[in-house]
Amino acid sequence: MAPISDLRDEARMIASIVAGESHLFHELIRPYERRVYVMALSFLRNEADAEDAAQEAFLKAFRNLASFRGEAKFGTWLVSITLNEARSRIRHRDTIKMESLDEPPDDEGPISPALLRDWREIPSEVLERKEVSLLLHQAVTALPPIYREVFTLRDVEGMSVNEAAGALDISIASVKVRLHRARMMLQKTLAPQLKRISPKRRWWTWS
Amino acid sequence: MVIDCKHVWAHISGYLDQNLPPEVLEQVQKHLEHCEICSAILDSTRNILILTADERVFELPLGFSERLHARLEQEIDGMS
Repeated sequence: MAPISDLRDEARMIASIVAGESHLFHELIRPYERRVYVMALSFLRNEADAEDAAQEAFLKAFRNLASFRGEAKFGTWLVSITLNEARSRIRHRDTIKMESLDEPPDDEGPISPALLRDWREIPSEVLERKEVSLLLHQAVTALPPIYREVFTLRDVEGMSVNEAAGALDISIASVKVRLHRARMMLQKTLAPQLKRISPKRRWWTWS
Repeated sequence: MVIDCKHVWAHISGYLDQNLPPEVLEQVQKHLEHCEICSAILDSTRNILILTADERVFELPLGFSERLHARLEQEIDGMS
């Protein structure tokens, strides 16, 4: 799948918006609505907060569009704004226990996956069942923040490793390490749960 | 060189993204040929990635787009 920015001339759209054709901004952001919302949701874990943060991120992007220099892709820049918005909201949440944004080191011990002897493919049709899609949703949002953000950008939103590194301002090597850990954590959590969808599957977990 | 299961687990992500160095890829592939546990771990991880990438897992709330563009419209109108 080609990145959105390859399919249209975003630099030209942005130049027109900055030059006064403000209404083109609606068109510029349409392909990014889901990405920004999902990013905000993966941090804030609450639909109303995520929607508000996503709106704010788009407004900030509009207000600061003239400062967008085009060194990064517009989509990557937008994700950085969204991350800043979501992170600052988490810092300001004072009525609930704050989630630590401190970054655990990437060189923690390896994660043992859930062990199983066979895996019968679970087809995407099962996502029609709300409880299954909720299971996946909850597993992703339960990941520690540094793993959740990498996983969301790369595996939920389909950004490249390079783009994710740019948006998060971390090295490509860090993206790969965090992505691996996120995927292993999800396999460990989800494989046994998904197994219940198909009770015939044999499985066990080594502690 | 023969590698054990734990070494294979360390390369699952790289294997799925097809960015393992050729010599590591060969070792992992050889291991997968005879290890049904690692094969199942690989298959389940791949399956989970396909499922989590599905748009039905993270859906936009109903009316999200309309509310967003209405708010932007206010901002844009306010500038003119």
